[in-house]
This record gives sequence, C-alpha cells and structure tokens, in this order.
Amino acid sequence: MNALLKHRLTWPVLALVLLLLLNQLFRSDFLSVRVQDGHLYGSLIDILRNGAPTILIALGMTLVIASRGIDLSVGAVAAIAGAVSCTYIYNSPDPSSLRTAAGGVAIAVVAGLVLGLWNGFLVSVIGIQPIIATLVLMTAGRGLAQLVTDGQIISVSNDSYQAIGAGFFLGLPISILIAAAAFGVAGLLTRRTALGTLIEAVGINPVASRLAGLSARSIIWTVYVFSGLCAAIAGLMISSNVTAADANNAGLYIEMDAILAVVIGGTSLAGGRYSLVGTLVGALIIQTLTTTVYTLGIPPEVTLVFKALVVIIVCLLQSSKARDLLRQRRRPVAKQSDVKVAV
Amino acid sequence: MNEIVPVVDMSGISIEFPGVKALDAVDLRLFQGEVHALMGENGAGKSTLIKALTGVYPIDSGTITVLGATHRFSSPAEAQAARISTVYQEVNLCPNLSVEENILLGREPRRRGGIHWKEVRRKAREVLDQLQLGHIDPGSVLSTHSIAIQQLIAIARSVQVDAKVLILDEPTSSLDADEVQQLFTVIRTLRDRGVAILFVSHFLEQVYEISDRMTVLRNGRLVGEYRTRELPRMGLISKMIGKEMDALAELERAESRRQPGRQDEAPVLQAQDLGRKGSVRDVTIALHAGEILGLAGLLGSGRTETARLLFGADRADQGHLSIDGTAQTFRSPRTAINRGIAFSSENRKEEGLIGDLSVRDNLVLAMQASKGWLRRVPRSTQDQLAEKFIRTLDIRPANKDALIRNLSGGNQQKVLLARWLITNPRLLILDEPTRGIDIGAKTQIQKLISSLAADGMSIIFISAELEEVLRLSDHIAILKDRQMVGHIPNDGVTMEDVMTIIAGTPA
Amino acid sequence: MSVLTRTPTPLGRTRISRLQGKARYAPTLATVGLFLAMFAIGAGMYPGFLSGQVFLNLLIDNTFLIVLAVGMTFVILTGGIDLSVGSVVALSMMIAAALLQAGWNPFVVIALVLLTGATFGLLMGLVIQVFEIQPFIVTLAGLFLARGLCYVISVDSITVTDPFFTAMAQARIPLAEKLFVSPGVVIALVVVAVAFYVLHQTRFGRTVYAIGGGESSALLMGLAVPRTKVLVYGISGLCSAIGGILFSFYSLSGYSLAATGMELDAIAAVVVGGTLLTGGYGYVLGSLAGVLILGIVQTFISYEGTLSSWWTRIVIGALLLAFILLQKLFSRKVKLA
Repeated sequence: MNALLKHRLTWPVLALVLLLLLNQLFRSDFLSVRVQDGHLYGSLIDILRNGAPTILIALGMTLVIASRGIDLSVGAVAAIAGAVSCTYIYNSPDPSSLRTAAGGVAIAVVAGLVLGLWNGFLVSVIGIQPIIATLVLMTAGRGLAQLVTDGQIISVSNDSYQAIGAGFFLGLPISILIAAAAFGVAGLLTRRTALGTLIEAVGINPVASRLAGLSARSIIWTVYVFSGLCAAIAGLMISSNVTAADANNAGLYIEMDAILAVVIGGTSLAGGRYSLVGTLVGALIIQTLTTTVYTLGIPPEVTLVFKALVVIIVCLLQSSKARDLLRQRRRPVAKQSDVKVAV
Repeated sequence: MNEIVPVVDMSGISIEFPGVKALDAVDLRLFQGEVHALMGENGAGKSTLIKALTGVYPIDSGTITVLGATHRFSSPAEAQAARISTVYQEVNLCPNLSVEENILLGREPRRRGGIHWKEVRRKAREVLDQLQLGHIDPGSVLSTHSIAIQQLIAIARSVQVDAKVLILDEPTSSLDADEVQQLFTVIRTLRDRGVAILFVSHFLEQVYEISDRMTVLRNGRLVGEYRTRELPRMGLISKMIGKEMDALAELERAESRRQPGRQDEAPVLQAQDLGRKGSVRDVTIALHAGEILGLAGLLGSGRTETARLLFGADRADQGHLSIDGTAQTFRSPRTAINRGIAFSSENRKEEGLIGDLSVRDNLVLAMQASKGWLRRVPRSTQDQLAEKFIRTLDIRPANKDALIRNLSGGNQQKVLLARWLITNPRLLILDEPTRGIDIGAKTQIQKLISSLAADGMSIIFISAELEEVLRLSDHIAILKDRQMVGHIPNDGVTMEDVMTIIAGTPA
Repeated sequence: MSVLTRTPTPLGRTRISRLQGKARYAPTLATVGLFLAMFAIGAGMYPGFLSGQVFLNLLIDNTFLIVLAVGMTFVILTGGIDLSVGSVVALSMMIAAALLQAGWNPFVVIALVLLTGATFGLLMGLVIQVFEIQPFIVTLAGLFLARGLCYVISVDSITVTDPFFTAMAQARIPLAEKLFVSPGVVIALVVVAVAFYVLHQTRFGRTVYAIGGGESSALLMGLAVPRTKVLVYGISGLCSAIGGILFSFYSLSGYSLAATGMELDAIAAVVVGGTLLTGGYGYVLGSLAGVLILGIVQTFISYEGTLSSWWTRIVIGALLLAFILLQKLFSRKVKLA
C-alpha cells in the first residue's frame, strides 16, 4: 500500500479518475461510449480525440525535458506544418487526391524534422540555453507560417487529408490511433534501445555523462528532432480537423499544455527521470479539465485559470523546498546535498 | 588583556548531517593579531567548522563567542555583523561589477539622491592603498583581473568592514609563488593591525611560513592546539593522519607482486611535452603494460589537469601523445575511451555519478556509451555484469536496482571503478579514488588496483596522500605548479625524496 | 598568471583593464549602432523617413512596450524571466475597462490596476523565492492565470468611453513646430528614468546586478538577495500594469486577447538591447534602444509597401538570434579576460 502511495503515477491517475467521476456527476451519460455507424462516440472518445495533438507534442516534450531542455517552439512548428501542407494541397493541380494529401503530409513532416534539427543545432552545437534557443523559433515561427500562407487562412477540401484529424478506422478516430502509435514508437525507441537511459543520464548529470564517453550532442539533437516531428504531426492533426491552416491560432499555447502535461505526469523540469505514461495521463488530465469546465457551464476560456492553478499546485508538490517547509525541518536543504563537500 | 581573552572562542561545537557526525565537540580559539592555521586532511571537518563560524551551517551544540558576546549564527549576514569576514577559495565576489563596488557592495556611502559614487571611489582607493594594492584601478571590472587579484580584492572588502576576524579558506590554491608572497604581505599587514586570521591551506610550507599557532582536526574531532614553531612538520603530519597510518600499514607493500613492467614492449601510453595553455605543461610519460604510475604533487599542482589531458576531457595544445606507438589527438573522452583509456574523476558527485539512476545503469553506462544508443546492452548482460561486480567488489547494498545516490561514498566509488572495468580498458586513470571514503573501502580499492596491474592493466594513480602513491606505484611523476618536474622509478623512494624534488625545483 | 609582479606597472595595467572593462558596453553599443544604421538606411531609402516625427512616432506607438521592457530588464538582470507580462497587460486593460464602464473614478481605477499588477508580480516572486521553483514555470502559470482572469471579467471586448482616458488618448504635447508626443511617451520616459536611477543609484539596484553576477556570492556578501529577487517580479508586474494603462490610452478598449505574445516582444527588446539573458550585464537604456529597434523594423515594413506584416516577427526572431549569438561570443570573452 505504501509503495502504491509513493508511486509517482498514483496521484496523476487518481486526479484523472476524480475528474472523470466529477463529470459523471453532472452528466450521467458522460462515461458511456456508444456505437453509431460503426464508429465509437462519446465524451471519453472526444477527450482522447481532442487531446491527441497535445499528447503527441507532450511526448516529444517529455524527452526534451528529460534531457534538461525545453522546447517552446512546438506551437509555432505545428502552425508551420499545417501551413506548408495546406498550402501545398491548395496549390496542387489535383487538390483532392490521396496522392496530394500524402505529399502535403510528407512536406509537413520534413518541415518538422528540419525545424527540430535547427533547435537541436542551437542547443547542442552552439550551446545556447534551450529556453532561449527555442524562443527564437517561437518568436519567428508564426511569422514563417504566415509567410507560407501569405497571411491567409488556407482552406482545403481533401477527404484523405481530413481523415487525419476527423476520420475513423476500425471504429476509432484516426487521430487517436496516430497518437497511440506515436506513444508506442516513443516507448519502443527509448526502452528497446538505450536512448531512454542515455537521455536520463545526460539530463541528470551532463558532465559525468561526457566523461563516461557519452555523445550528449547526438542525443540532445535526437530529442529536439523527435520533438519537431511530433509537433509537425500534431500540426497536421489540428489543421486537418478544421480543414484549414490558421498560421496565427493553430497550436496557440499548446507548448504550455504540453509542458504542463509533462510536469503533471511526474517528470521534473530539472531533467532526468521521465515517464511517458505519466505524460499521457497528464495530457488526458488537461483535456478532461477542459471538458469539465465546459460541462460545468463555465466559459471555456476560463480553463486557463484552472490550468494555472494546476501548474502551481503540481509544482509545489514537486518542490522539495515546499515539502521541507511542510515537514518543518530546521536545517537548510543545502546542507544535505552539500554533505559530501562539507565533511 | 587581549592576550588572554580570545576574539573568537568556539567550544564544544558539534554538527551532525544525516548519518554523519561532521564535527564532534570541537574547540577553536582565535586571538587578536595572530595567524592561526586550521589543519586536517580531507574530511577532517575544516570546512564544516568554518561554515559554522560564518553562519552557513547552524550548530547542533556548543557555543560560539565573538568579542565577548555569544552568538548563534543562522546566516552569513549575521556572522558578518559580528565582524567576521571570509574569503573563499572560489572568489565570492561579483565578476560583472567594478572593483570598488565589490569592495563596498551593500555598504555604499549614500547622500541625498542615492549612492555617493565619488565617496565609493575614495573609500575603495583608501583600502587598496592600505593593502599596498594601489595599482589596481578601482573602476575596472572584477572579471578583468586574475584570480589572485580578485582574492586580494575580497580581502580588501573584509578590511573595509573593519573585520576583527578574517577567515581565509584555501586562498593560495590557485596562486603562483609571487602571488602567494603578495598575499602574505597583506596578511601580515592585517595581523599587525590586530586582526585575528584563520588560515586554511593544504600547503605545509605556507602554513609554517605564515602561521603563529594551529589547530589540528581529524575525523571531525579536535586533535589539539599548538604553537607552530613548537610542532615540527613530521609531528603535524602524524597528528593529521593519526591512526589511519596504522590501518594503512596493514596493506604492506606487496613486493612479491611486483614483476617489473614489460619494458621490452612498446609503451601503452607515451606522452611527450604534452600540455595545454592555462592548464598544465611538460607532461612526459612512458607507461608500459602492468605498470602503475603515481602522480605526486601538492593540491593544485596539475595532477587532475594531467589526467584530463590524457583522457581527452580537455584538448591538449602542446606536445605529442601516442598509444601503442601510434600518434593520437584526443578531441573528446569518446576518442580516448575507444583507444582503451578510462578515467575516474576525483569529483564523484559532479563528474562521476548519475545520481538518479540505478547501480546497474551506472555500471553499464560507459559500455553502453561506447556502443551507441541504438545497440542496447541486453538486460540479461546488464544484470550479469552488475551481479558480478557487486560480488567481486563487495558493493553494498548488494542491490543492482538501488539508486546510486543512496550508496555510501566508498560504494559509489566501487561502482564507478566497475563502470570502467567493464569496458576492459588498457589504461585506467584513477584520480583520488580513495578520497573521502572509509578505511575498509579504501584498503579494498588499493588491493584492487594492485591486482589489476598484476593482470596487465596500466594504471595512473593520483592521490593527495603521498604515502599511498609511494606504496602503490612503480613510477612516480612529480608535478609542481602545473608543470611536470620529475619522473622517477619507485625503488625505495621516500616522502622526503619527493618533497625535496618539489621543494628543490624552481617553478 | 603572474599579474602580481614585484614592480607593478600601474599605468599600463590601468589602461588594459579599462579597455577590457569597456567590453561590458559592447552589446549595448552594438544596439545603439544598429539603431542609428537602420535609421540612416531608412532615411536613404524613403523620402520623409528622416524626420523628427518618425522618430517620435516610434516612441508614441511603443509606450507600453518600453515600460514592459523596463520591468523585464530588472528581472533578466537577476537571471530570471517573466513570461506573464503580456497577460498582465491584458488583465490590467480588462480591469480598467470594466471598472470604467461601471462608472468608477479613473484615478481610483488606475491606482487599483497598478496595485493589482504589483501584487500579482510580488506573489509570483514569492513563489519563486520561497519554494525555489524555476521562474520560467511560475510566470508561465502567471501567464495562464492572468489571461484566464481576463475571460472571467468578460469574454467580449469592452470599449472605454471615460473622458479622462479619451483625453489622454487624443492629447498631443507639442515639442516644436510639427513635432509632438503623446502623454504616454512622457510617462514611459519617466519610467525609464526612474528605472535608470534605481538601478544605478540605489543599493537595491546594485543588488539586482550583484545577483545576476553570482547569486551565492551576493548572499555570502550579506546582500538582501531574497527580498530583491521577490521585488524585481513586483516591479515587472507594476510595469506590466503601467503598460496596460498606456495600452488602454492607446487603444481605448479592453480585450481579453490583447497583447498576446507581447512577453516575447519585451524579452526580444531586452536581449536586443544588450542585456545578457544569464543576468548581470545590461542597461535599461539599452532596452529602450531595443524597443526602438523593434519599432523601426515595423516602420520599415510599413514604409516598404510590398512587405507584409509577418515579416516583423521573422525579423525580430532573426535579431533575437543574432544578439544571442553575440552574447555567446561576449560571455566567452569575459571568461577569458
């Protein structure tokens, strides 16, 4: 029992369950899932579907944060990805064919990879602090997206493209399947290879990792590229869902949601140990929170207030200082960590 | 009267950290106008005692009396208010601000409308002149000065507050001989003005040159208080080392093991005048298979810097390096590791451990790093290796899933050793592998080093404890002031021999 | 290494250290130089660019950003960051608009808004200091909270019709013939002057620099580090509130989506203005120059009819990158020196 209480996923999962139950109280059909035309429908499915872009971006963000970094540019990258793919489809001679849709997707994915390479370059080669390096793209990115769309909202009508965000496969929304696949790939990539451990090693102690012969540069580069890729796919989902590219508003504040999901999932912003499952739960909590606010009849924009409160509470729970204050410890925290130097 | 009443009287000071009694009923008295040396080996409790006096650590028991008033400091500011100033080894000033500001920060003279900058300049100049540092421009930015000057400016700051007690914590470790003399001139000036000075240094000669009295600590306990001129050097050393000497003596010099190194073959490692600007120079080494090379020299003489050059942690910009007769340039540790070199840093916490990972993950890290992230070491292999080394090195707790940060220092050190042994290196560089760990683990590690060499591994062994170096090494390379000044075979070399070489060679 | 020879050469030494000391002005000088160059290029390319009023319009159109950049300079000098400023601007505008609509006295409203902004900042500072949580995440929460509170007040835009606010919006202060500024410019410049004074003439200001130079050193020197760290966020909050009021003068409305992303502009202005993101180096006057550079980029793009507005963001991003790289070079130099 004690081990269960201490497990870092216990509290996030509990919070998610409580949120879902709260919704059930207000709407008795909340937890029910029904089948209609062979497709699954229901609030739970909606949460998963609407949360898919956040889940994707949060996956990439988890690895970046584990490596002691942060990627503020994901929202801008998502906007750029949507912009390039929609513009490509819009301008192609056959805007409704599957081939065109595939071309658009490919271009967006390449764009995401290139932007990830750029961020990784600034962080790992030039050695700029991650928050600042990615701030550059965060600032310029939406301008680039507008440059691509020429400041217009580009609407496309391509059934294949639309399927990414709104389609169904085997009764499940395709966006959920994509997010699940990405989750699986990330899990395999990090745990079947040594990538996960090495990311953690670099995140916990970069100096010691270098002296152990680790090439931090390639690892850090990899996580930013992965983050760019995730952001691009999320951008495709977002634009496909509304069948348009909106350079200004697509993925706005999604970097905040993603960071929040990672933090709620128990991964420390200081880097090191991470949990992809935790991030998944975190992203679902955020999406459920949004839904809850809606269910309770509060204006949806006010969700931001709740998110802010959640961030503060979670950070306080993670802060060792806060825990120490709670325990009323007399000694300064510095003392314990300095023991080896001191004695 | 001041001859009798000490300026600072610390008595019965105890401080406990979780699991460690860092200080156990220690006394320290400082008198007006004396230079008092605080002596002890690493782990004796010197830093802890200083931190208690400067308000960084609260004390668990005992009393601190300064100028007749009893204090319980809970912050550096409170200690400063009691006229105690400290100058640390790593200069604690603000590099981005001017010299004059650093001297007067927080006490800037003010007039109506803000800080009186002219007065700041005047006061700073006054203090600098008093210390014969008039050549320093008070308006220059601190970071444009050498560490030595920065340290003197830190002292100037404490003079400016009219400190009655000045604590100098390893002030000379990065200074050259001229700079040390300049520092001593300043110290004497202050002493003659009645300041009580607590001087901490690893350099015995400096202690004998500058101090009037000394207090010796060992393992967190007080050994005694002595007049410097009444305590000969050997007496001091034995008081500092104490019983440890007997314990270490158990590990008798294993002459029988010592087959002469395989001199006929090409040396595993050969360095010719290797160096790096601002780090160390003239490193010339030839090391054969199965040989142990000890690096001797005082703290700050360039031992660690030498190791870092050989391992590629820092890039050499002078001289040549060859492995098995092939010339090499190491751009990063990776290249060195690929050539069969391993390096265990003296700084376990910052440069060795991945604290939040398990013992197993830490053990296989170097092996995994050399394979690249795509080819993961299979879990079964990881477990086998972990179990094997936990058993052979007697790592406790014998739990491969324990987080390494929860292990004791000695066991952490064994894990780090095992990390490199797994990669089966030809040359193992060990920087202070026995520092700060208990006697039992220390002896185990020393035995391990001997047996590794007997199996044909070449080892470079670095330790601040000269006896340890002499006991283990086949050859001894001697460093002084970041330069290699000697390289002698260890056939009955004594501490005095080494000290003579260090003392006798001009910098 | 052997700086301390027995026969010091005072003159030579002094000159060298003076020269090296100048390095700390390098990024700021680069900013001013860049501004002058851009202005000169503009004058060469467009007739009518080289006029006093074009310059004054840079100030008039960016009063709020100037004030935000001032607050941000304090925070960044200590090595922190404040991501909440844009949202606090919006919140200030919403509070002002809502209260004015309810018929409150405009001066009471302004006082209340300033108090709210300062309190908001102080609370964030307290959380950062007391619980040792990274400034970035705390102010991110502040960003969410302030923006969310805007929506709590109203989801729709509120027009300001208060006579004092409209008077401030329309007032022009003539400086010379055909040259004028708005009252907002005066306020913004007063804020800059006060900030300059505080940073360079008070112990608080010097502590701000000291923290940026080395927090643990500052602590060991007995400076009031915790108090100062909390206060800089309070100052940033206060500046955001002033910025909100100025933006209200400028736009005569309150709108929940106002000033979205303005925190990025403020950070960019400070960085372009020569302040090191790691803290310790930089000047509030540099930040003013940084805002003017962002403004002149916008002016350029509006003069050049063929360029679209989004080029502003791209150019700001590029400038940000250029100055970050410059800083990287600069700090390497400082380390070597």
